[in-house]
Amino acid sequence: MNKKLKLKSLSVIAILFLITAVSLVPFLWMISTSLKNSSALMAVPIEWIPKKVSFDSFVKVLKELPFLKSLMNSVAITLGSTILTLVSSSLAAFIFAKFEFKFKNLIFILFLASMMVPIQVTGIPIFIILTKLGLNNSFIGVIAPSIFNVFAIFLLRQYMKNISNEFIEAALIDGANLFQVYLKIIVPMSLVPLTTLFVINFMSYWNDYFWPLIILTDPNKVTLPVLLSKLNTQYATEYNTLMAGSLVSMTPILVVYTFAQKYFIRGIQEGGIK
Amino acid sequence: MKKLHKNFKFYIIIFLIPCSIGYLIFSLLPMISALYLSFTSWDVIGGTPNFIGAENYQNIFDGDEFYRVMGNTFKFIILYIPGIIISSFLVAILFDTKVKGVTGFRILLFIPVLTSWVAGSIIWKSALNGQYGLINNILGLIGIEGPGWLTDTKWSMVSVVLVSIWKDLGFFSLIIFGGLRGIDKTVYEAAEIDGANSFQTLRRITLPLVSPTLFFVLITTMINSFQLFPQVMVMTGGGPLGSTQVIVERIYTYGFKYFNMGYAAALSMILLIVIVSITIIQLILQKKWVFYE
Repeated sequence: MNKKLKLKSLSVIAILFLITAVSLVPFLWMISTSLKNSSALMAVPIEWIPKKVSFDSFVKVLKELPFLKSLMNSVAITLGSTILTLVSSSLAAFIFAKFEFKFKNLIFILFLASMMVPIQVTGIPIFIILTKLGLNNSFIGVIAPSIFNVFAIFLLRQYMKNISNEFIEAALIDGANLFQVYLKIIVPMSLVPLTTLFVINFMSYWNDYFWPLIILTDPNKVTLPVLLSKLNTQYATEYNTLMAGSLVSMTPILVVYTFAQKYFIRGIQEGGIK
Repeated sequence: MKKLHKNFKFYIIIFLIPCSIGYLIFSLLPMISALYLSFTSWDVIGGTPNFIGAENYQNIFDGDEFYRVMGNTFKFIILYIPGIIISSFLVAILFDTKVKGVTGFRILLFIPVLTSWVAGSIIWKSALNGQYGLINNILGLIGIEGPGWLTDTKWSMVSVVLVSIWKDLGFFSLIIFGGLRGIDKTVYEAAEIDGANSFQTLRRITLPLVSPTLFFVLITTMINSFQLFPQVMVMTGGGPLGSTQVIVERIYTYGFKYFNMGYAAALSMILLIVIVSITIIQLILQKKWVFYE
């Protein structure tokens, strides 16, 4: 029995090792390519490990191209969008979870139905509306649509429903208003889903492509994915530069992941149980 | 709490304002405008939208391009959806074995998910290069001459599918693993006592119990398939010979490269109709196979 169990464990590990290795090999390829000089790129047979390690492409990416600027843009836009989503969604979720009012269900259903409408449909008119408001090419324009995030409202509402009404009633008897209830009771008691949503939204806003691509045309304002895609057209086959850029663009999210991976993993797993 | 105190009304309105304004400006209003725009011709730069009736739709359905684009999307769907569901399910089952060390793989397999589509596609564009790329050189080691993955019309969409599975595997295997973890393990013990073999257990117990999660995965992957965009933009730009052109790529090209907003809006309305119909069909069909306790 024990031997059989050991064999089973071993084969599970072996298969997972194989799948993970295949998944991660492209990243090793990225690192190897980013360290090549331009002549080594076209070497046949290919150099798995560059014979001459060159940091030229990193120098180019960090010095000649606006990578650091884009990095700061990405940080600002991602944080702004994530926080806006969390604030607006938690306010609405609190109301949907705890109060009865006219048209409540209708509004909620309309919100949910809008999940089916992708940004590619609404993108053109939103672009036009924001252009009319003079907000295209601005951070506000990129961030603004994240004020409405149905998934976040839904997840928070499910969680807040389980917060006992007694806490709220007690606070109200003590003379607190609803805003204080939200700030002192609802938010602190919803930290688990708020953290989950923070990491999930951070990841998706960080990697978002379609929307920033459309709204930001000023090269000084673009985010990392947009800058990378522009480099991709510009330096189509200069793979060492492209790979160095990809590597640099991945670093911040990998650092966040290293410290907060349990929130990422847990958050997405929980999504599967619901 | 059911009793609505008069002064709560004020707070209810205030608390709902941010999301409601967001819904109006970024969802409802744009949807109506997109519908209107789809019946106009407009280049954004000068003048106002010109009402031209159903001409955009007529042009779309009369040309060959739309059918090619839908054909490409269909090709993507029939390869990607079975591919991602089967592979994620297998990985999720391995995660669920509780073997020591599995957690580490869960963490590592998530790295492609964290990578932006643009960076991931750039890496693969290089790795799939016919001559100097990683894949063909590995295949060469075992004596196989690999195709021009991204330059051969036979392989370009297959490449897009493989890269998409690579990117999404870590995500969907975690989702399905979440579903598997929710299954009460005593059910398995009961099945073992009754003498069920592992195939019977999988077929009769695991699959029905995890079917709500699989349904969620099916809906999400289906919607994602129609929104296919960055991987195509970066790796192939729609080529070679239009073999990887898909609907969102066309919307972007017509709207923001040719500034033909009316035509792009008409394409986007078609996209919306397709997504809504498929979702509704799936919601109806789910009664046949999704099992809720």
